[in-house]
Amino acid sequence: MNFDISVFYYAAIGGALLGVASGLYYLLVGRIFGVSGILFSLFEKPIAIRALSVLGLLAAGLILSKIGALKTIEIKANYIELIIAGFLVGYGSRIANGCTSGHGICGISRFSLRSLVSVIIFMIAAIITVFIKSKLGA
Amino acid sequence: MNKSGIISFILSLLFGIGLGISGMTNPQNVIGFLDVFGNWKPALILVMGAGILFAIPFFYIAKKRDKSILGENFPNIPTIIDTKLIIGSIAFGIGWGIAGICPGPALVIATHFPKEIGLFLTAMIIGGKIADIKV
Repeated sequence: MNFDISVFYYAAIGGALLGVASGLYYLLVGRIFGVSGILFSLFEKPIAIRALSVLGLLAAGLILSKIGALKTIEIKANYIELIIAGFLVGYGSRIANGCTSGHGICGISRFSLRSLVSVIIFMIAAIITVFIKSKLGA
Repeated sequence: MNKSGIISFILSLLFGIGLGISGMTNPQNVIGFLDVFGNWKPALILVMGAGILFAIPFFYIAKKRDKSILGENFPNIPTIIDTKLIIGSIAFGIGWGIAGICPGPALVIATHFPKEIGLFLTAMIIGGKIADIKV
């Protein structure tokens, strides 16, 4: 066990911020802040809201990058893994109507049983996937 | 540009900053969080925990209103739990576990890792399109 306690504070503070942001998004704009849904319907009305939501996330990345907050990030997945992962994330979130933001944050916050079921299933699937990958030594 | 658009931009920006602060934007953190049977890094549970806790009041207030504060209609959100939800969630979970990347963090780190995230997002859109064909 070599973890630093500060990662827990960061996780809670970051989580609180994104919780407030997605709650306000629903209360003000009247839409679920679900990133997969926004991406899939990017060119459907209301285009401005969807496009500006994507731009907001990209802008956040530029700011984080500028202050050096993305320096320690590494993507260990190779190109083939990235393609398979992206495909499954896209296929899955399309037919399940949501991902970690839409089901995970917004769905559970409005006490949706459907979202809770989705989150429990994708968490279990992801944990098993990581377990199998570690056993394969990948 | 309308008010909803500007608000969407600001709140998405805050959401993205939140993701960055929380550690969700680092795929290795996510994989560590999912590695429950290995070298488990539990901190990210607090992202979802705090996120939900702080979002609940807003959804609660919204529930008591006819329209959003900016005058938009609230959406009709499906409640059905069917095989599509289950299969989709399994597929999503496997994909998330393989690379440690989900759509929100992908967009946040997109400009930092254009090649990797470009591939991921392209494959993601294709996956979504194929899901549309099958149904």
